This record gives sequence, C-alpha cells and structure tokens, in this order.
Amino acid sequence: MSETMNAPAPVAAGKREKMIEVVGVSRRFAKRLDFAGKLAAKLGAPIREEVVHAVDKVDLTIHRGEVVGLVGESGCGKSTLGRMVAGILPPSDGSILWKGQDRTGLHGKEARAATLQAQMIFQDPMSSLNPRLKVAEIIGEAPLFHGLTKRSEFGAYVDEQMRRAGLDPSYKSRYPHQFSGGQRQRIGIARALAVQPEFLVCDESVAALDVSIQAQILNLFMKLRRELNLTYLFISHDLGVVEHLSDRVVIMYLGRVVEEAPTETVFARANHPYTQSLLGAVPRIEARKKAFVTVQGEIPSPLNPPAGCHFHPRCPHAFDRCRVEVPALKEVAPGHKSRCHLNDLPNHGGQPV
Amino acid sequence: MQPTIPASAAPPTLQVRNLQTKFFTRAGVVPAVNDVSFTVSRGKVLGLVGESGSGKTVTGFSIMRLVDDPGRITGGEILFNGQDLVKSSEDEMRQLRGNRIAMIFQDPMMTLNPVLRIDTQMIETMQAHTNISREAARQRARDTLGMVGIPSPDERLMAYPHQFSGGMRQRVAIAIALLHEPELIVADEPTTALDVTIQGQILAEVQKLAANTGTSIIWITHDLSVVAGLADDIAVMYAGEIAEYGAVADVLDHPLHPYTNGLLGSVPSRNKRGEPLRQIPGTTPSLLRLPPGCPFQTRCPRAADVCRQPPPMAEILPAHEARCFRPHLENAGVAA
Amino acid sequence: MSATTAPPVPTETKAPRVETPLRRFISEFAESKMAVGALIVFLAIVLIAIFAPLISPQNPYDLAQLDIMDGRLEPGSKSGDGSITYWLGTDDQGRDMLSGIMYGLRISLVVGAGSAIVAALVGASLGMLAAYAGGRTDTVIMRLVDLQLSFPTILSALMILAFLGKGVMNVVIALIVVEWAYYARTVRGTALVERRREYIEAAQCLALPTRRIIFRHLLPNCMPPLIVVATIQIARAIALEATLSFLGLGVPITEPSLGLLIANGYEYMLSGKYWISFYPGIALLITIVSINLVGDHLRDVLNPRLKK
Repeated sequence: MSETMNAPAPVAAGKREKMIEVVGVSRRFAKRLDFAGKLAAKLGAPIREEVVHAVDKVDLTIHRGEVVGLVGESGCGKSTLGRMVAGILPPSDGSILWKGQDRTGLHGKEARAATLQAQMIFQDPMSSLNPRLKVAEIIGEAPLFHGLTKRSEFGAYVDEQMRRAGLDPSYKSRYPHQFSGGQRQRIGIARALAVQPEFLVCDESVAALDVSIQAQILNLFMKLRRELNLTYLFISHDLGVVEHLSDRVVIMYLGRVVEEAPTETVFARANHPYTQSLLGAVPRIEARKKAFVTVQGEIPSPLNPPAGCHFHPRCPHAFDRCRVEVPALKEVAPGHKSRCHLNDLPNHGGQPV
Repeated sequence: MQPTIPASAAPPTLQVRNLQTKFFTRAGVVPAVNDVSFTVSRGKVLGLVGESGSGKTVTGFSIMRLVDDPGRITGGEILFNGQDLVKSSEDEMRQLRGNRIAMIFQDPMMTLNPVLRIDTQMIETMQAHTNISREAARQRARDTLGMVGIPSPDERLMAYPHQFSGGMRQRVAIAIALLHEPELIVADEPTTALDVTIQGQILAEVQKLAANTGTSIIWITHDLSVVAGLADDIAVMYAGEIAEYGAVADVLDHPLHPYTNGLLGSVPSRNKRGEPLRQIPGTTPSLLRLPPGCPFQTRCPRAADVCRQPPPMAEILPAHEARCFRPHLENAGVAA
Repeated sequence: MSATTAPPVPTETKAPRVETPLRRFISEFAESKMAVGALIVFLAIVLIAIFAPLISPQNPYDLAQLDIMDGRLEPGSKSGDGSITYWLGTDDQGRDMLSGIMYGLRISLVVGAGSAIVAALVGASLGMLAAYAGGRTDTVIMRLVDLQLSFPTILSALMILAFLGKGVMNVVIALIVVEWAYYARTVRGTALVERRREYIEAAQCLALPTRRIIFRHLLPNCMPPLIVVATIQIARAIALEATLSFLGLGVPITEPSLGLLIANGYEYMLSGKYWISFYPGIALLITIVSINLVGDHLRDVLNPRLKK
C-alpha cells in the first residue's frame, strides 16, 4: 500500500531511451467545398474552404517508462495529437518517430508491430466497445489475429488479460452493455494490454467515470505501469488527475504547446499566463466560499485563432508584441519550456506575474 | 458558520421532508429518491452531491415537479415558502416554474429554443408570467445578460443560440432563469460540460448572484470540489438517500459517513503524488437490488452486523447529520 | 497491491442466462402484441405459400386440371365432377381461387423477398463502400442514388420491363434496380455515424485489416436500420409486383401471381362476380399489412433514439 508506485523522477530523462518523438507535427482538417459550394464561391458568396489547424508544429519527446500528462481545454488539439501518436491519424506535416524510426517508413510486419506497441484507451467506455461482440471476442480478436496466442490457448490468454485489468474472467461471454462504466473501461484496458503494448495513450480515460470509480482506474493504470513497465501519454482536462499521475506535463492551447515542465515545476512555478489561469480556475476541495478568480474571455474558435500568441486576447499581461509575433517555445529553466514573450523582458527573470 | 437546518425566524425558502420518488419500471420499482430531507434558507447555496444513479437529479426534478412517467413522487413534502409543492395542482406549478422557481440544466439547449432569437425568448418568457411592456422586458433582458457577464448584451440579444459558444449558451440559460428574480434556482450540473476556465467564470457569476439577490440555489453536481467553493451546506447522496448533510466545512473537513470519507479520500489532490489513491472498492449497487439495511455496506470498510438494519438519519454532531451506525467520529476529534 | 486490484464486482444483471443482444431484442419485440400477431400471420402466409402444392385443392397452373365449364362459379360451389368445393369461387378459366391465391402468394413472396435480398446486398455494399471510401467514390455512388430515387418507382420499373420483356426473373431484376438505392442511402448514413465511434478507432489501433474492420465491426452495427428498411421494402416490392402484373407487364398469364389474379377479375367486378378480384386483393392486403406492422415495430425496437 505504502510503496511509491511511480518510477524514479525523470530528472535525468535525457539519458533514457526515447520511446516516441514527435517532430514538428501539424494536423489540419479542411472542410472542403462541394460542387455547389464551389459554384457559389465563384459567384461571390461569402463561403470558402475552412481549415482548422488542430495541431500546429508540435515537438514532443516521451522516454521509456515516463508518464507525460497532456493538458488543455476543448479545441486545443490534445486528442488529435494523441491519435497521431497512437498511429490512428496520420499527421499533415512533420514526423513521428517510434524508437528512432519514422513510422510512415515502416511496412508490413514492422509497421504492424509498431502500431500494436502503441495502444489507446478511450474516453467513452460504451462507444469504445463493439456492442455486438462478447467480451472474450473484444479482448481476444487482435491477439489471435496477429498470432500472439493460439486458438488452443485462447481462453487462458483472455482470462489472464481480464484478471490483469481487474475483471472476473467468468464474465467473458457477456456483452458490453451488461457491465458498469468502470468495468467497461477495464475491458478497454484489457483489450489494449492483450496485444502486449509498451506505450499507452489514454485520452480522457477517466473523465466519464464516477469519482469513486475514477480512483480505481487510476490505480490500475499505476499498477500496470509498474508491472509491465509501460509508458503513458495521459491526456486530460483534469489537472488534479494529471498532477497525481504524471512525471512531466505538457500544456496545449489552440493547437500549440505553451508550456512543458516536470510536474512539480508546473504546479509550483507555472511560467505561462495560460497555465497560471488554468491552475487558478481549478476548483479545489480546500476552497471555502472563495471568490473564483478567473481568466477573462472565451476560448477563441480554432477556425479563426488570434494572430501572434493565441492567448493574447485573454492574457492579463499581453503587450504589443504578443499581438503580432508568435512566441517561440523556449527553455526558461532546465527541462522547463514556455512559449511567452514575457520571458524576453529584461526585468522579468522568467517569472511573469 | 451556522448550517441552515433549523429555521427560527422567517420560514426557509425550501424545506424538503422525507421526499420519496419511485420509478415503476418493467424490471421493478426503483426507489430513486428515498426519505430525503433538507432545508435551503434565503440566499443560501445547497450543494447536492452524488455519483450517477444516486438520485440527485431526480431530487431536483421532483422539486420542480418535472418527474415523468414511470416516475412518481410517492411520499413526503416539498415546502416552498410553506406551500407544499407535492400537493399543488399542475396549474399552480406552472405559475411557480420559471417564475419563482427556475431550473438550469446541464445542456442549455433544454432551455433555449434553437430557432428563436435570444430577445424573443427572453421577452416572451417575461410576458408569460407578468404584465410587462415589450420595451421594459427588453431592458430587463439586457440588464440580466449583463448581470451574468455577457459582453455587449445589446448585440447578443439579436443572436440565435447556435451563434453562442457552450459557455455563453449556459450564461444565457442562467440569465433566463434569473429574469423573474426567482426565490429558488435548481441547477443540475450546469458547468459539467464546460471547460475549466469557463466553469470558473460561471461559478464566479453565480456566487455574486447568490450574495447580491438573495436567491436560494440548489447546485446539483458530482464534483465535490465545485461545491466546496460555492455552497453553504452540502448533502451527499448515495443510492437514493442522503448519506451525510451539514455545513460545507463540517462535511468536507470532518466527514462522518464512510462514503463521504471515501469520496474525499479518492480525490487525487488529497493523495500523495504517485501513491495509490485511496479508493472505494466495488461499484454502486443497482437500485433494483439494494441489500437490506445500509446501501453502502457492500463497499464500506467499517461495515458490521448492525449495518444490515437500515440506519436512520441522525444528527450525530450539532447540525451535522449522517445516516450511519458507525460514523467516523474521529474525523471530528470526538472519541467514538 | 491490494488497493489497486478491485475485487471483480458482479454486474447489475445477475441472471444466470447470458443476455445476448438477440435475446434482448426478442423480449423487446414481444412487448407489442400487435407486432407479434402480425408476425404470426405473416409466418402463416409464408407456410401456406411454401406448402401450397400439398394443401391446395388443385394445381391452378396445370391447365389439364382446370375445367373451363367451372368458370366464374360462386364461392362455395362444387365442381362439375363434384370432386372439389370451390370455397372462394373460380375465375373465368375455372381456376379454384383458393388454390390460385396459395400459388399466387408463392410468386409474390419469392419475387418480393428475392428482389429485396439482392437489392439489400447490392445497396448495402455500395453504401458501405461510399461511406468508407468517401471522396469521389462516395459522390458518384450517392449521385446515382439521387438519380434513381428521383424517378417515380413505377415508371422506372415499367421502362425496365419494356426493355427486358415479361417474366418472373425480369420482374425481380426490375425491382432490384428500383430498390437498391434505398438500402445504399440507409447504410451509408448509418456507417458514417458508426465509423466515427471509438470502437472503430480501437480496431484500427489493433492493426486489424480494413476488410475485417468493415465486415466484422462496422457492418454488423449498421444492420438494425438495414433490417427495418428491408422489411418495409419487401412489402413495397410485393405491392409493386402486383401493380406490374395488374398492368399485364409482370408474370405470364398461365402462372398468375396475386396481382394478375386481381387483374383477371377486374372486368367482372361490375357484373357482381366480385370474388375473382376480391379474395386475392384481401390476401395481398393481409400480407402487406402484416409485413408493415412487423417492420414498424422493428423500427421502434431497433432505433436507439426511441429507447427509454
């Protein structure tokens, strides 16, 4: 009970093996015009092709054994980035290196192996399970297909995966609708583990669960990390969950990474004004009749993000430069990067506010 | 801080006594709300907290008398300024709803009509209940939008709901709820679907409103930390019953019921980073197959033989009630 | 350790029997007495059609068995040689109407169900292809669907039969051509929704081949609306075949389907010999209504949006 579940703090991360490297990756979604739309546009109607830069030139490295928390609000591109890292969605630009190799360059067996090694745990425990398959089929289909188990050992293999995810194997001939939300999420976890991955992308994997069930699933993630030496990209809007689980935190806003640092640093000395306002807005149990201090304004539409620093219209410290020039993601302390012009001001010492 | 359980001078805005709501389904009778009692005084905020299936939403809908078939209020009283809503006619309820009692839903589109402009909706809502000129109603609509923090309300009045973001829509829904300066607002998870920074903005506005207008609020949520900063009192629901009820500081700092204690313990920020979270084992029991006695006994670390009897709701500490035979008295520094 | 492995918790349903989707579907379907009644009637009609050669008083297609002298006899009359009673009367060829209806049902059902099944296969494949491939393939297929649906059904069928000529097989072909578009449109719509679900992404993540994802994961989840459309379309196909036969473009005169039986009696309607058209009409009505009732209730049961 009392032993620490996290691996040693990743201070010397630079020396460790790189699991996944995201290099200058962008993803654009275009809403193309159909024939009628094109015609209308030709005739001068105010419609044009709309392009969303869901993810905009993101660099991210995740080392073996690390848990990286990816935090942001809606429209920040965290789910899109997660899907690209998991290999479900191809990037529009840039490359994703899996253990040093570009995944798009892999073919056949190698490509399949790389895909299997990065698995994803989804948000909605119901829609992530095929309602027409029994639990055993959901968990066992891929390992059987890829030859990770034989038909003769199929039953035992599925039992093992279910036990590992905290499920009673005697329920394996049931259907997803017969389980509660937390148990469905365990089925999703067992399905991912069944192909023996090294890397899990968890996309809001506990957001849809009740508080008491959330804790069970988070504990399961930590147990699996220790037992199977898993690496995680943990995507969440819940800073409390991310703080508890992650070694390192990456904050995104409207497609760009705005801050990246070891977890303690982010929560103790957040550099970027957006991170600071995000931390300020999180409701805490300890608060009593507190006046909620909040950041002003709405999250702009990703269709039409503000020029310069995307955060400038809501930023209390914005100045002229923020409105025109995109700030670069710069190191403000060892292992701590931030994308803010304030850090270039002489008297600032890298600590806005 | 004095919790608001006993009402001395003016009658409290709302007094719910032994409320019972059941759903008569094909699979059996579901006791969705069972023996629920609480009091909301003028200008106070009650946080009604629970997980899915705990009955918190059905409690809210029961107060509004909006429980649909196959559900029915089967017992108890809902005293709104002394008037029993359970016994009120549908006509009387229509007069109260949206006028003196308003509801805010998780999805603001439950309130908003997608094909009507905001000004039309707000003005018509007002004219339905009061004799007010169009111009005065418009003025009031504009003021109310400003009150909930909507910038340039004049422009926004002319817009349709789809032209607003999720957070703005929820603000408009809140503004509509506020139009008649209701005495009671029942808010069902109104910020759950919103982003953290937007949720913070709305909580800030609601806090100001409760303080300035004297409106009483029942804030239904699954998130203890939201009501921690907002509410005066908290009622924690489990399996259709109130497990614990008292002032925010009492319930959150010295939880008596093992369920509240477990919930608070499982919040990540209350655990040491990287350590396993203190979790409540098991899952919420189906309301169709509750164990006899305390519904929490199957998951409770303190369960004993006595828990096979139904525990009564008891004022275990002054103005701090719990439905438990073996409460965590040590949390409050009292010897067991 | 013990803190992380939650005890495997029993689910809400403790029933010893596994509640398969099929069982759940059956119990929900059984809730409507009307639909169950309609299903029983429909199954009875199918049985009558299948065993018509064994149970019908005569073989109406064997001209040697027909006696022209027995033509247009009233219901309940005996044949000239006294061997059979014509409970529903005879037509102008001396054909026993009861036997004619039984055999006619065979043709109507085979034509209706056969065309519906083939049209469903063709339409579902094209719809699935349009949804999964997207882009130009999608555009071409869906514009074809629009084109097909913009023609009045009866007009298209008439044109096709005018080109192909009479005959049961040609009626089936005509029906397939006019009906596939309904299936394609339905399946494409469902597939577009279903393929965005996370279980499809999960299957991609598990490196399953696209063909397997489509047929094992996507298609089975697109079946409910397809089944509903197929049921309604069988009824439509039967009605359409009857119309074509009534217009004399359908099945050959020697092997009348229900539509042709109705057409044969049409000219005697006003002379009081109602039964030649009336009874086949009733048979056709019962068949179509029972299928539609089953289909309507299927739609209620299978539509997740109507679930409580």
